[in-house]
Amino acid sequence: MEIAGNPKAPVFAIAAEFDSARDLYHAAQKVRDAGYKRWDVYSPFPIHGMDHAMGLKRSYLAQIVFIGGLTGFLTAVSLEFIPSSFLYPLVVAGKPTDIMTVPAFFPIMFELTILLSAFTAVFGMLILNGLPRWNHPLFNWDRFKKVTEDKFFVAIEARDLKFGTRETREFLESLGGKNLAIVHED
Amino acid sequence: MSDTTATLDPATIRANEEVTRKPLVLNQRTMGWISNYVSSIVEAKTPLWWYIAMGVTVPMMLMCFGCLAYLISTGVGVWGNNHPVAWAWDITNFVFWIGIGHAGTLISAILFLTRQKWRTSINRAAEAMTLFAVVCAGIYPALHVGRVWMAWFLAPVPNNMAIWPNFRSPLLWDVFAVSTYFTVSVLFWYTGLIPDLATLRDRCTTKLKKFFYGIAALGWRGGNRQWRHYEMAYLVLAGLSTPLVLSVHSVVSFDFATSVVPGWHTTIFPPYFVAGAIFGGFAMVLTLMIPAAWIWPALKDLITPGHVDKMCKIILLTGSIVGYAYLMELFIAWYGANPYERAAFWYRATGVGAREFYWPMMFCNVIVPQLFWFRWCRYNWIAVWILVQFPNAGMWYERFVIIGTTLQHDFLPSAWQLFHPTWVDICTFIGTFGLFMTLFLLFIRFLPMICMFEVKAVLPEADPHYGEGGDREALPELPSGSEEY
Repeated sequence: MEIAGNPKAPVFAIAAEFDSARDLYHAAQKVRDAGYKRWDVYSPFPIHGMDHAMGLKRSYLAQIVFIGGLTGFLTAVSLEFIPSSFLYPLVVAGKPTDIMTVPAFFPIMFELTILLSAFTAVFGMLILNGLPRWNHPLFNWDRFKKVTEDKFFVAIEARDLKFGTRETREFLESLGGKNLAIVHED
Repeated sequence: MSDTTATLDPATIRANEEVTRKPLVLNQRTMGWISNYVSSIVEAKTPLWWYIAMGVTVPMMLMCFGCLAYLISTGVGVWGNNHPVAWAWDITNFVFWIGIGHAGTLISAILFLTRQKWRTSINRAAEAMTLFAVVCAGIYPALHVGRVWMAWFLAPVPNNMAIWPNFRSPLLWDVFAVSTYFTVSVLFWYTGLIPDLATLRDRCTTKLKKFFYGIAALGWRGGNRQWRHYEMAYLVLAGLSTPLVLSVHSVVSFDFATSVVPGWHTTIFPPYFVAGAIFGGFAMVLTLMIPAAWIWPALKDLITPGHVDKMCKIILLTGSIVGYAYLMELFIAWYGANPYERAAFWYRATGVGAREFYWPMMFCNVIVPQLFWFRWCRYNWIAVWILVQFPNAGMWYERFVIIGTTLQHDFLPSAWQLFHPTWVDICTFIGTFGLFMTLFLLFIRFLPMICMFEVKAVLPEADPHYGEGGDREALPELPSGSEEY
């Protein structure tokens, strides 16, 4: 088994390579059924149905975005009504400055809702993914560079309670994983 | 399989061919090939033509900046704007450029929500085009205010004069709409770039490149625990961008529609503007993508004749909507029995500038796109490239007709005055093309112009059940007249 990274550093994971999205999908189902919790599959593109194969729930990012959008909406409401109704009522063409003016205030409410939702979606996604980060133990493994090209990987992390160097290795081999590597933290 | 096919009657074979989807990537290209080829465009030595092209566009861009510096230092009077044509080329060019951007967002957001998988090979370049077009567009409203250092008055910030902007003004809506549009487009574009930047990072040979692409890729690893949030973020952004793109040009049209100027005060403007924007935007996408496929011939496996065909059909559809809007405007001008409205349209069609602007507009936007009914016109790329130049020009004519022609003939005959652009008007406008093309050339040199990970995901082998049966491969094997489905 290949050793990636500094062998003196603690073990991060044992990883295996697969050739196709189909092999990875079936491997993920078996890792899930074996009861591992701290593991992930790596692929050049999102694979349809992989969340289910891994036993993951639907991403909860959309709920966070809703809060972001609500913040944007309330920002616009206060931004428009506080100056226009209280601080400096600006009467243009005899138009009302109270709640009746909502139709004319609507476009900015809409735009700010979208703006803050989009910011929440992107930065929320990055935070949930633990990004940006400078480095990652998996980058110690040279073969892993192919993950952004056409190879597929499974990595079972050492912090998983079921992890054992030999058992995990044999398990990954039994799934048809190739080029197994033990990846160290450093 | 072949002997089963032989027993089928020709009608069934034809029907099966109809329902079997054409592959989105031709010549059975593999995932590795897609990465290698698209990245090689960025990694290869800079080609000579690129320097030559930059040699043309950079001076044009500098001319634009020079004209803007002259405008700021001298005053907005260096443009030809005057009463009654207070909005002239500045707002015409603003609407022209912002409209071009719309096709990019349509491809990246609306076609994503409608599961049009062919969008994957064109969305990156189209989104980049959106950004650069909005950059060009933003110049005009920012600088047409005259005293540019006062532009911050547009922003609702507390100040010692206790002045607040009028939130009921469409001009302020425009500030919010365009800045939101630009920001969200940048976010969307960058989110889509992250996995591809990681591809470039992992292929880098020099430390310096690895450093910059590594930072830009934010440490992306492609784990499914990342993809699941990533895909949700992409879906949410597409869902947000869809109403946004429809709203931006609607808000731009409110600049006109909420005024009382005859020829502007119509409810047809928002849908008509949005359709026109998509129409002009797709023309610009084709203007840029067809030469790209000529320069890098293997790109034709990704940007296939089918892609160009579909884009031509969208141009045909939106061009017909625009044509309907033109005719409906004329009908309502007559049927509405408002003498000012009627006079405005009569002037557009027969007055000064009708021959130079109104009828060329009709020809370019309504007549020429109808040629896309013919299959030959959609599949001959030289013909396509020539034909889409008509919408490009026609959409500029349209905006000038709406703004320039309408304003020069307002309520009082004593105020009527023709608009003539000055050299600063002309050089600034030509210069914005230089800015646009310079940004686009930089983009194709340093970033992958095809969204690699999305194209890989539409390959047949990306399906986790590929080769396990149950897909379209099995279709012709079913006996004819089968009750199975």
